[in-house]
Amino acid sequence: MIANGLMDTLQIVILVLVAAGALVVVRTRDRVRLVLVLSVYGILLAVLFFAFQAPDVALSEITVGAVALPLILLLAIAKVRKPEP
Amino acid sequence: MTPRQRLVLFAVAVTGLVGCYLWAFSGLPGFGNYPGPYGQAILAHAITQTHATGVVSAINFEYRGFDTVGEEFILFTAAAGMSVVLRRLRNERKDPPEQLEAAAARDVPRTSPAVRGVALLLVAPTVVLGWWLGTHAQTNPSGGFQGGVVLATAFMLVYLSGDLRTARRLRTETVVDAAEAIGAGGFAAVGVTAVALGFPYLYNFLPLGKIPGSVSSSGTIALISLLVGIEVAAAFVAIIGELLEQSLIVRQPTPAPPSQPQPASPPQPEGTD
Repeated sequence: MIANGLMDTLQIVILVLVAAGALVVVRTRDRVRLVLVLSVYGILLAVLFFAFQAPDVALSEITVGAVALPLILLLAIAKVRKPEP
Repeated sequence: MTPRQRLVLFAVAVTGLVGCYLWAFSGLPGFGNYPGPYGQAILAHAITQTHATGVVSAINFEYRGFDTVGEEFILFTAAAGMSVVLRRLRNERKDPPEQLEAAAARDVPRTSPAVRGVALLLVAPTVVLGWWLGTHAQTNPSGGFQGGVVLATAFMLVYLSGDLRTARRLRTETVVDAAEAIGAGGFAAVGVTAVALGFPYLYNFLPLGKIPGSVSSSGTIALISLLVGIEVAAAFVAIIGELLEQSLIVRQPTPAPPSQPQPASPPQPEGTD
């Protein structure tokens, strides 16, 4: 029972963290900072999936949400920013 | 539409949405309650049927292997599309190889020694982790997709720890393209081989191995995972490398072509980038 209670608490905490993280992502205006926040949000989501017993999905989320997507976004931002004079 | 009308419309819409949402929500099965029949059936039979203890991989590469082939080719097509869209345009110029030095010198501010050192330290563990993930799909939570992305990250670490030239040597286009083709084609070929042997497409025709849960067990599941890993790693290296080239080497002509009028952009907060 205690283990169950702990798990429930962990799941509630991580759900609240993910919701807060999503708000932070939406509220971030600076492009580069947004990408970094998005990457942290990907890790939060991965912890969520892990806490809900889906380690496979957590792994995919880490690789895609926290690594591959931010990397591609950063490279795209680097390409479209104004060239230095 | 006046702001007031818009507000009224919004209020009506949001009330309807919240109402329907809560109504639908009240009909959902309870938290953690799984009513479907397939999960229980798969859990009861997957390990004896496939000798793979990584049941998620068994589902991905065997029970619904046909969907996974499609997903694999989504990524393949994405990488191909990226290469087509990001090809060198007529009005762009690419610095000749000897000017790569200059491209590397444009990298201001220079990468700090801390970043370079950490990236260098991480290359080997990243390669090992990626290889391990890609080759152990049959035994534990992992798989070719995750392994492939991790392997591609190693390429990015090489760029961070060294410079553009080192990374470009790694990203020999013939090797990356060949790896991508082998990975994607190999997956499809495993399926066709099963058909040639008289089984359904993607049937697990290889010996399953004696011990469920050992690395050599699970027949085609392990093989397909490895092929997916090769394909994904190559596709991501191709995509990231293509973007890297775009950002660092390909230059647009200094006076912007007048045919493209600057669209009036909404006021955007300026980033520090």
